[in-house]
Amino acid sequence: MQTSIRPPARAVPWHRSAWFETLQFVALLGLLAGFAIRGAQSMGYQWKWDKVPRYLYRVIDGEFIAGPLTKGLLVTLDITWIAAVLALLIGLAVALLRLSRSVVGPALAWSYVEVIRNTPILVQMLIMYFIIAAILGIPRQWAGILCLAMYEAAFVAEIIRAGIVAVPKGQREAGLSLGYSSFDLYRDIILPQAVPLMLPPLGGVLVNLVKHSAIVSVIAVFDLTTEARTVISDTFMAFEIWLTTAAMYLVVTVTLSIGVGWLERRYQRH
Amino acid sequence: MKSMKRILGIGAVLLMAATWMQPVQAQQENMVETIKSRGKLQVGFSSFVPWAMRDKQGQWVGFEVDVANKLAKDLGVQLELIPTAWDGIIPSLIAKKFDVIIGGMSVTPARQEQIDFSTPYSNSGQGLAASKQLASKLKWPDDYNSSSVTFTCRRGVLGCKVIEERFPKATLRQFDDDAIAFQEVINGNAHAVISSEPKPSFFTLKNPDKLFKPSPDNLTISVEGFGVRKGNANSLTVFNDWIAKNKDWLKERHGYWFKTQDWATIVQQ
Repeated sequence: MQTSIRPPARAVPWHRSAWFETLQFVALLGLLAGFAIRGAQSMGYQWKWDKVPRYLYRVIDGEFIAGPLTKGLLVTLDITWIAAVLALLIGLAVALLRLSRSVVGPALAWSYVEVIRNTPILVQMLIMYFIIAAILGIPRQWAGILCLAMYEAAFVAEIIRAGIVAVPKGQREAGLSLGYSSFDLYRDIILPQAVPLMLPPLGGVLVNLVKHSAIVSVIAVFDLTTEARTVISDTFMAFEIWLTTAAMYLVVTVTLSIGVGWLERRYQRH
Repeated sequence: MKSMKRILGIGAVLLMAATWMQPVQAQQENMVETIKSRGKLQVGFSSFVPWAMRDKQGQWVGFEVDVANKLAKDLGVQLELIPTAWDGIIPSLIAKKFDVIIGGMSVTPARQEQIDFSTPYSNSGQGLAASKQLASKLKWPDDYNSSSVTFTCRRGVLGCKVIEERFPKATLRQFDDDAIAFQEVINGNAHAVISSEPKPSFFTLKNPDKLFKPSPDNLTISVEGFGVRKGNANSLTVFNDWIAKNKDWLKERHGYWFKTQDWATIVQQ
């Protein structure tokens, strides 16, 4: 005879229960929101949320026309994915250079990582555009993409290096003693163990890339941040447009985070 | 002990709720009273040659600085200059970061929806400086209205709107400050830059091999006024009276900064 025995419910007093805790939190949020709204009201700011949708999209004669914010978002996504691929490639190259047995290679890789990580990205973008791109004749959008890629590559290089170094030395020695070539060693033994370690921080780098892509607005690439600033300088709706823009960035980054989380689960070490 | 904490907690929440319940209204400020009791006039402005710029010692000088200094002296208070990014200066005024905008702000209908302006105390115009490398073959003004032409401007100035209206087919790139906007044209990455006179003329004189003026006239003329928050009618009256009383002084100062280059030696060239 099958009887399912349910474990006895823990005796929790009502003021510690889940629903009461949630209620308290919602009440606190409501209070904070009330303060924020009061502050805005006493400033006499006129909220014009009804004027925001036209900057996202317009429907003219049944035709869907993207507004400036949407167009900016598409440019941001375009810049981001190209910079992400480049950052991964450059970062991988720098990491392998740092792990190599030469003398100049690791020194070069180390200086690259230190210089790029320790200078502000704004300064790097202005140097890239006004000096490097001017000398080499690189067009505006590619200057932005290159700067972003090189910036994030420094972080990617360190993450990849940390992942590879984290694989126990014994694995490498065992592989070599079994006669694996260097390339096969990396491909079959080291990288499969290193990659699951690298995925969470690499996901973080991708999210950072999306956020840092806003820096291209100083060289007037028409990305989401640039378009938002233009709309604001025309309409002065600073609060509404900035909140909308932040929400748009949030949608992109949260989607990416969920994607990376799925990848992590798939490649989890058993 | 636990019940004590609970009572304190509930008490704090009730206190917050009680203050929240009070009705609140946007009050009619009496700004001049506030300024006098504070003893300081807070002026928002942005760096714009020759309205306001830094001299060789790093001090702020310029037409607007003179105006702000005299206004503060006549009101009997100290002056606090608050340099602000131009495209954020109106939101900053509304957020009460300072009392008044004295920064060569042109009076436009869009701005008048957000803030109030005093009577005009100066006027100026917008002019262009074009790239010899890219634009010397273009005919003014028809050839400039084409999708292959790029204009630059500083974000938030009147000139940007003028370009959008007069040259809708051209690409307009907006930058954070004038120096970068002019540099784009000098480097040959854009066809022309629009800015408030006399800056285009100054830059053309300084870079005769890279820049030229496509048209000797100003593209538009504009009037400038002090910017104050809405709901300050009595303070506006005080400012307007001051402007009317100092008309001749304002004209003389404007002439000094805009029509002559006598001050050129005190600023970085």
